[in-house]
Amino acid sequence: MNSPAISLRSAILLTLGLLTQASLLAADKVTMGFVYVGPKDDYGYNQAHSEGCAGVQKLPWVKGIEEASVPETTAVQETMRNMINLDKATLIFPTSFGYFDPHILRVAKQYPKVQFLHCGGLYTEGKHPANVGSYFGYIDEAVYVAGIVAGHTSKSGKLGFIAAKPIPQVLRNINAFAIGARSAKPGVTVQVIFTGDWSMPVKEAEAATSLINQGIDVLTCHVDSPKVILETAERRGAYVCGYHADGSKLAPKGYLTGAEWNWSTVYTQYAESVKAGKSLAAGTIPHLVRGGLKEGFVKCSPYGPAVSPAAKAAAEAAKAQFLAGDMVIFKGPLKDNTGKEILAAGAVYKQQDLALESMGWLVDGVLGSTKN
Amino acid sequence: MNTDASSIGAWGVLIGILAGALRGGTPFLLVSLGECLTEKSGKINLGLEGALLLGAMSAYGASYATGNPWVGVAAAALAGALHGALHAFLVSRPKVNDIAAGIAMLIFGSGLAFYLGKPFIQPSAPQLPGLPLGFWSSLPQLNAALLLSPLFLIGIAIAFLMRHVFCATRWGLQIRAVGDAPAAARALGISIHGTRTLCIIVGAALAGLGGAHLSLFYPGAWTEAISSGQGLMAVALVIFARWNPVHCLYASLLFGGAQAVGPSLQAVGISTGYYLWNASPYVLTLVVMILTCSPRRTLSGAPGALGSSS
Repeated sequence: MNSPAISLRSAILLTLGLLTQASLLAADKVTMGFVYVGPKDDYGYNQAHSEGCAGVQKLPWVKGIEEASVPETTAVQETMRNMINLDKATLIFPTSFGYFDPHILRVAKQYPKVQFLHCGGLYTEGKHPANVGSYFGYIDEAVYVAGIVAGHTSKSGKLGFIAAKPIPQVLRNINAFAIGARSAKPGVTVQVIFTGDWSMPVKEAEAATSLINQGIDVLTCHVDSPKVILETAERRGAYVCGYHADGSKLAPKGYLTGAEWNWSTVYTQYAESVKAGKSLAAGTIPHLVRGGLKEGFVKCSPYGPAVSPAAKAAAEAAKAQFLAGDMVIFKGPLKDNTGKEILAAGAVYKQQDLALESMGWLVDGVLGSTKN
Repeated sequence: MNTDASSIGAWGVLIGILAGALRGGTPFLLVSLGECLTEKSGKINLGLEGALLLGAMSAYGASYATGNPWVGVAAAALAGALHGALHAFLVSRPKVNDIAAGIAMLIFGSGLAFYLGKPFIQPSAPQLPGLPLGFWSSLPQLNAALLLSPLFLIGIAIAFLMRHVFCATRWGLQIRAVGDAPAAARALGISIHGTRTLCIIVGAALAGLGGAHLSLFYPGAWTEAISSGQGLMAVALVIFARWNPVHCLYASLLFGGAQAVGPSLQAVGISTGYYLWNASPYVLTLVVMILTCSPRRTLSGAPGALGSSS
């Protein structure tokens, strides 16, 4: 009767010992927690972040922990608390847009020593806790390059864009795609379809089919997972530009290029800052971190077999300008698709301009409306 | 008008809706046939959405693992049947409510499908071949619209077969007797428990086939959002169709077509109210429920003992 009690006690002691050891180890390591709203191998937004996590883990002193398919509810608060209390995470990256308010804000107040970094850019100085920051990439630069390739490749001069919702981040990509395409071939149009939500596979397939039926021969998209759209386009023999992650495997014939995130650069920067003792609250890590092709926050997929040498040359020229830092996507004269002037001749919106982060218009050449 | 041969303008909307009806209607058809069979025997299975998802996941996984999409179809039917067997076991226990058990099975089925489906989100599985019924036309749009899913044709065959079975065979009459007047059926020596168990299992297997259509034909991928409530809508559709399998076919085509209205209108540049158009299948469900509900009478065609625990 005695032995089970003894073994239980020794088990508890052993566990305690292991725990102390684990926390000692954790003290040497920087533990980063990543939270995704969907599965992490969806060829989309979440996969891009998960690849970033895999990238930063190449540093021997970084430990990355991930949790996928966490809804934008109090569930994400529990996930964050578990990562902080059980895994001793000191940096938390809740990557979905809807995690920010109220979930991150609430948990951030409870754990002032932990850094919370949100992807998407909603941080306001003074209004939000000091240990919260935001990071995002100017992916419209890579979408612009994809637009150039699409404009060159299209035979019908009609491009299609399947988008989830008319929010600024999405509209910015649609506009950059159209401006890029029209810089290659001025008369090109971009027909937009909004599916209404981030993950609607049946509707995305319907949208791709309808666009192809209307003679549109190059598709691209801004939804959580482009997989269904890439596969539908490939089956119908249309060209397609990817988004979020490299989808060339899904459309080996029709894949032109694509706009991809390169989060491992961003995550590595944060890890190094924290290791050097910097923090958001002390102001040594900036609250807003932004970057494009030049900073390595975003990248373009390798060109597919259908891309002509002329298209490649034009795309490479634009890329070189972005890398040199003297490319502006939104420059006057620029009109929206209702004829209203957005920018007068000579005026520009630089990438950092906050007006671009509250965009509510579609440029001339885009067929569609932001009203619902 | 546009003279470009590759563009078909407003015809695209019609073709889009037709194609949506044929492709998007198939899961509605198979699930509603399954629910129709289940309800004819006097039981309700709200968990068919779970069977649909489990079927979609199993079909994709089996097709990926074996390289043969037909193995996937068989796996989908088997997964659906197992899901149905569990529901049948639960509702055969005394004082178990069909609706509550069904909702539990819905959550269980979808949760299990999501859990087991994790490794199948990324890979591409071999797809079911389509039947090119548009071969007579030179329009690629029409060719694509009339590329029919073999499961759709199987569904049509099952719809007519099921009507024949209900009306003109001994088995069909037994099922209806069990659903309408269990006491009378028992007096005739028919096994109520056995009949209902069999109907629930076959019904859930049909829902599993609907899942195979989603993941192996259209849209042809496994993701957690693949069904987005189609299994639940199909249950409402059975009421709309008055428990008549052939009417289930017509109603499924209508619901499938309604799904395609929003995207195909936007493709020709009609973008106002797309949230409203996208919601049309759900609005249609609500309208049907309101129109067919009356406190003063029971619905014609409703099995007499539907949902009762006898």
